[in-house]
Amino acid sequence: MEKSLVFEKDLNLEATELRLGLPGTKESEKQTPSTIKSNKRVLPDMSEECGSKDNSIVSHVKKCDQEVAPPAKAQVVGWPPVRSYRKNCFQAKKMEAETTGMYVKVSMDGAPYLRKIDLKVYKGYPELLKALEDMFKFSVGKYSEREGYNGSEFVPTYEDKDGDWMLVGDVPWDMFISSCKRMRIMKGSEARGLGCAV
Amino acid sequence: MSKDDDRSPPLDLRGADIAESSSKTRNCVTGSGHVTGMNPMEFQAPYPDQVLENVLENVLQFLTSRRDRNAASLVCKSWCRVEALTRSELFIGNCYSVSPKRATARFSRVRAVAIKGRPRFADFNLMPPEWGAHFKPWVAALGSAYPWLEKVYLKRMSVTDEDLKHLAEYFPSFKELVLVCCDGFGTRGLAVIAKKCRQLRVLDLIESEVADSDMDWIGEFPESGITCLESLIFDCVESPINFEALERLVVRSPSLKKLRLNRFVSIGQLYRLMVRAPQLTHLGTGSFSLAEGVAHGDQEPDYESAFAACKSLVCLSGFREIATDYLSAIYAVCANLTSLNLSYANINAEQLKTVIFHCHKLQTFWVLDTICDEGLQAAAATCKDLRELRVFPIDAREDSEGPVSEVGLQAISEGCRKLQSILYFCQHMTNAAVIAMSNNCPDLEVFRLCIMGRHRPDHLTGQPMDEGFGAIVKNCKKLTRLAVSGLLTDQAFSYIGRYGKLVRTLSVAFAGNSDRGLKYVLEGCPRLQKLEIRDSPFGDEALRSGLHHYYNMRFLWMSSCSLSPQGCREIARALPRLVVEVIKDEAEVNRGECEEHIDDAFDILYMYRSLEGPRDDAPHFVQEHSKQKQGIGLSNIVLLIIYPSMKRWRFGLEELEVQNGEFTKFSSMPPVEKQELAFTREKKKNLVCLF
Repeated sequence: MEKSLVFEKDLNLEATELRLGLPGTKESEKQTPSTIKSNKRVLPDMSEECGSKDNSIVSHVKKCDQEVAPPAKAQVVGWPPVRSYRKNCFQAKKMEAETTGMYVKVSMDGAPYLRKIDLKVYKGYPELLKALEDMFKFSVGKYSEREGYNGSEFVPTYEDKDGDWMLVGDVPWDMFISSCKRMRIMKGSEARGLGCAV
Repeated sequence: MSKDDDRSPPLDLRGADIAESSSKTRNCVTGSGHVTGMNPMEFQAPYPDQVLENVLENVLQFLTSRRDRNAASLVCKSWCRVEALTRSELFIGNCYSVSPKRATARFSRVRAVAIKGRPRFADFNLMPPEWGAHFKPWVAALGSAYPWLEKVYLKRMSVTDEDLKHLAEYFPSFKELVLVCCDGFGTRGLAVIAKKCRQLRVLDLIESEVADSDMDWIGEFPESGITCLESLIFDCVESPINFEALERLVVRSPSLKKLRLNRFVSIGQLYRLMVRAPQLTHLGTGSFSLAEGVAHGDQEPDYESAFAACKSLVCLSGFREIATDYLSAIYAVCANLTSLNLSYANINAEQLKTVIFHCHKLQTFWVLDTICDEGLQAAAATCKDLRELRVFPIDAREDSEGPVSEVGLQAISEGCRKLQSILYFCQHMTNAAVIAMSNNCPDLEVFRLCIMGRHRPDHLTGQPMDEGFGAIVKNCKKLTRLAVSGLLTDQAFSYIGRYGKLVRTLSVAFAGNSDRGLKYVLEGCPRLQKLEIRDSPFGDEALRSGLHHYYNMRFLWMSSCSLSPQGCREIARALPRLVVEVIKDEAEVNRGECEEHIDDAFDILYMYRSLEGPRDDAPHFVQEHSKQKQGIGLSNIVLLIIYPSMKRWRFGLEELEVQNGEFTKFSSMPPVEKQELAFTREKKKNLVCLF
């Protein structure tokens, strides 16, 4: 009775297999006989990711393998059998999330130059504030909804889509990162108006 | 398929006896009533049996199932004729199996038409676009044959704006348009339908591709007066709509029961619609998030009460860009829901639990695998009445992380004993879980498991998935649809052939070892109608083993298998009523990827029975191996001649040969008694009855 050859490599028969050929030469990975034509058609998405206009998609895939961690196999057309509408729905969002960063300028009163940070990198306010503290060497104090930031000269603020300057922390995180255009760490007298207790 | 054969129905040989015993039945007599040389004392002079036909008509009109009608139409010519007169719903399973002309000629009083076009694998970009399935020739024929047409249902067809315009023009009583997985049209076409079809009750666009022609089609619905709209489904339309016009339309549509919005409708707008249409039974919520630029917390409407007011809501979907904070708004309706589609909502197990906990009556549940096995366990614990489950992957790639696995499947099988249909995408599966499902869910009719990694074995035992699928076909006695995946040997197909006696649709990908696999299926599954296979090592010999069955099937699809052009030609030669299409993927050839350019190499074999022979709208990349149209297309005809005589009917057989379009006599048999007639299978195939 025929045995499937495909999962032989799990049993590591390769090591003891008798073959015609010089020792040390490796046979290319066994594939099912039907793959003469399959596995060649690669999702156009892959080539777009790599951004090259090269017509030869096979070599393309190899390049992508090196740049992008790890897809072991080239994607095959029409597999898994999910309609493109559905695939695109989530792929678009994912790509957006993965590739485009959300960089905003951060200025601090008194500092000679601005910094730029990627808001997407942080999962919430605590992380963001900690990063700012480290970056600009200051302490932000304790946040309360009523009084803003207590116990510090510095107040983190941001400019939103409407052009208004808001206190960082008031709105939910998701809304913050979608509406924040740039940030400014206020210091001193200006900061007092926002509930600074100093 | 409603049209099996153009030839006259087989002679009812028992009719002779009945005719002798009573003169009431006229089954043996043709419509023209022409029988010469009859002794008037034995038989009454034949006349068109209007009385019988009227009775038949009154009875047959109650037959609704098309399978029953097909059976009735085969009884005899009279029944065939009357059935054709009383059939009001015409179903064409493959638009190329019969021409519009032939269909409309046979059925003269049709009010509703359903037509299916492309094969399912075309949905996954396996078929080159422009392959065909055009609605155009149909709309023209329907227009002239059925000016009273009310309903059109199309699936996987190419419909143009022009076609929609004609629909609106030809049919003044037009009431229902349902387009599923169609393409080729845009908002311009929709605008014409909205504007001109004054009796429109149903406009359902489901998973169709709608081009954005920048046309405000919602605004084209009549601006004043009450509409008869009952169902408006447009969740697949990927372009913004005129919301104010929609709002006005909903206000003027008191009969509206089903409304499914697209993702360009925000939750705020949803609210406004819901308060104006609390009578809705089916709701697609659109994006279910805030419009851009709207801040959270700004005077938010009371979404909870809007949902609570919809006391008749049983089916909920949408959530295309869900803002999970708002999920709690739907709790009030969950207890009544029989159908919930969260398959576009990226929610986790915790978020799902808050919802599913209330859904005791749920029968249909579509969801994303982001809910993980834990979410499925929660569903299994609550939804005891579940009939249909679909779990879609958020990341449809072979090597992505698999949030659901055999754990979820096992839980579902234990909790949802009434399960009838399941579609499950996962990365890892075990035979044990599949076997468990086969034992726990005996009512399963549809089992579609997609292990996304190709050739992946049972991840705990390392074994092929043969035993799991074997158990499904063995234990689920009602199984009609099966899709297999994972590492499968010929053994799996042996099981399918042995036990899958009711299987009608089978989907195979990257499976099997040899021709034997396909042979098992073709020889073992008598009810097989639709077989789609890709990337499996089945060749010409396997293909040949299905010759006895292909006329009973709607289609066979085989792509990237081990077939040769000669093998396909052989099939075409053997079966003249089969259209054998061989399709090359030109894009691949142009990319110069084929190391050796094999002239005859092809990618897809798509074959289907047809009364029309090769189609005339085939694009250049489709090669047809069917026999040329040559009149009847038979090479031998057997004539059954009935000799009326003194006391009984006598029968003769004449075998004629067709050569160069002309008949030459081959052999003949002198008139014999009925019992002596030997109908060999060969002769039956070529039988043409003459009265």
